Amino acid sequence: MAITESDVRHVAMLARLALSDDQVRTLTAELSAVLGHIDELQRLDLEGVEPTAHPLAMTDRMRADVVVPGLSRAEALKNAPETDGTAFIVPAITGAGEES
Amino acid sequence: MSAIDLSVLTARQVRDGVASGTFSAREVADAAYARIEAVDDDVHAFLELSQDLAYEAADRVDAMRAAGDELPPLAGVPAGIKDNMNLVGTHTTCSSRMLEGYESVYDCTAVRRLIDAGALPIGKCNMDEFAFGSSTENSAFGPTRNPWDLERVPGGSSGGSAACVAAGMTSISLGSDTGGSIRQPGALTGTVALKPTYGRVSRYGVVAFGSSLDQIGPFGKSVDDVALALEAIAGADPMDATSAPEPVGRYTQALDLGAEGLRVGIVRDMLDLEGCAAEVRASVDMAAETFAALGAEVGEVDLPATRHGLAAYYIIGPAEASSNLARFDGIRYGHRVPDAADVIDLYTRSRAEGFGPESIRRIMLGTYALSAGYYDAYYGQAQKARTRIIEDFRAAFERFDVLLTPTTPGVAFHFGEKSDPYTMYLNDVYTIPVNLAGNCAVSVPSGLCSGSGMPIGLQIIADHFAEETLLRAAAAFEEATAFEPVPPLARIPK
Repeated sequence: MAITESDVRHVAMLARLALSDDQVRTLTAELSAVLGHIDELQRLDLEGVEPTAHPLAMTDRMRADVVVPGLSRAEALKNAPETDGTAFIVPAITGAGEES
Repeated sequence: MSAIDLSVLTARQVRDGVASGTFSAREVADAAYARIEAVDDDVHAFLELSQDLAYEAADRVDAMRAAGDELPPLAGVPAGIKDNMNLVGTHTTCSSRMLEGYESVYDCTAVRRLIDAGALPIGKCNMDEFAFGSSTENSAFGPTRNPWDLERVPGGSSGGSAACVAAGMTSISLGSDTGGSIRQPGALTGTVALKPTYGRVSRYGVVAFGSSLDQIGPFGKSVDDVALALEAIAGADPMDATSAPEPVGRYTQALDLGAEGLRVGIVRDMLDLEGCAAEVRASVDMAAETFAALGAEVGEVDLPATRHGLAAYYIIGPAEASSNLARFDGIRYGHRVPDAADVIDLYTRSRAEGFGPESIRRIMLGTYALSAGYYDAYYGQAQKARTRIIEDFRAAFERFDVLLTPTTPGVAFHFGEKSDPYTMYLNDVYTIPVNLAGNCAVSVPSGLCSGSGMPIGLQIIADHFAEETLLRAAAAFEEATAFEPVPPLARIPK
């Protein structure tokens, strides 16, 4: 399945990646080539086969519901690019126009 | 010249030397760092050395010995840690600009267990960025070179972990394997490289790539060494709900049982895949003859659905990766542009700047495969193909205890040789189906290529949680071939 530059721009928006025009061109060619190689999947007759999300038949295992120490605030903020020592600093979110 | 030559000694010999007082754990650490000083400018296996942590661990071991306490199983054994595993006191960068300078704030369970078993954490090992790659050329901090030939790649993504063991800088190391990232570099560097069953080792603290595929495992110079390491790191962990409750085997004690009566299956259709080097193919048939001579019952089996493994993997792996890498948003940690106009601008430019080209490729591929309109055609179809692959393995393990394939279609290649993404992906054609099915597998050195002199790896595969059988077969093969691969670099006088 060929993928177009406009597909790549749409997917980049979904993936939150600001790509340059050069990157869009390169990725259009590269992703088309990779998808061309894996198109064989489309031709397989897998009607009625159950999909597998996880390789082992495991059930959720819960640990005991007891309070244990987690990361301290200082640890949680240690790698923050911007912080006032009590919180992560982010740009204003309200009013930011998110494309849909 | 140091009396402790880590290019010759196994982990067990190091541990025994420490236990008997032939040398101290501190002297072992000295030997590891001296070796790194001598060769790692060339090899570049390490991104960071953690002397403080290693000498602290060595002093604990030496103090235990002085006090007459029984020493733990990996006492004084120097270990490399792939840089996608957290360890307080080290950075964890995944070889990415995105995480440059990131300081670990908690410990990866497998790393903690290795250190608790007495191992010395020597440093953090180079890798393909976020484990995307098969050559370690995708590291943002420069490639690792193969100790067998510095013009060639060590494989990847755990290339640094493989190279530090191959070059005798450490005795063992930890890597992670999502589609072959332990076994493939193991084959290319002549090391023993184990991917345990999915869930055998906790994934807590390893930066997630493909959560239904990822597994941590050890590299070593011998099957016994990886068995020792697996005993230390395996087992359920309350911090990873997918870690398996199955009891941990006595892997080291299964090794001298021999191959007599083992049912060994050559995976004929995988061996016949186009693109597999003739000498690699021949090495698998020779391995089968070795097993037959040891009294194993050797037969053949086909795994027809595995021919679609690569295609299924390049949907499922990127799909899971694109989800996991969504966490890198420039807010809680990681690269952040300084001048964002708003939060979307912050996300999109921080991510585009922080991720390297292969990471962007995988995120894009995965996001596409999961997007509206394509989900069923790609992701859904790949999940069904995965079911077929699991069924193939299940049927094969009704007839056989272990299966044989090459680990890789060819030996270590030159830098830049596989610049086309799909050509690179083909390296993992034999290892990927095992991750999709969740089985355990090990790459064992089986010989040297007559032309290039580069090592060839045999992949042995076993059923879920059959690591004892897997390692028993590997040990029998190792002993019968009596092949001790020592790269030319390791022979450089110190």
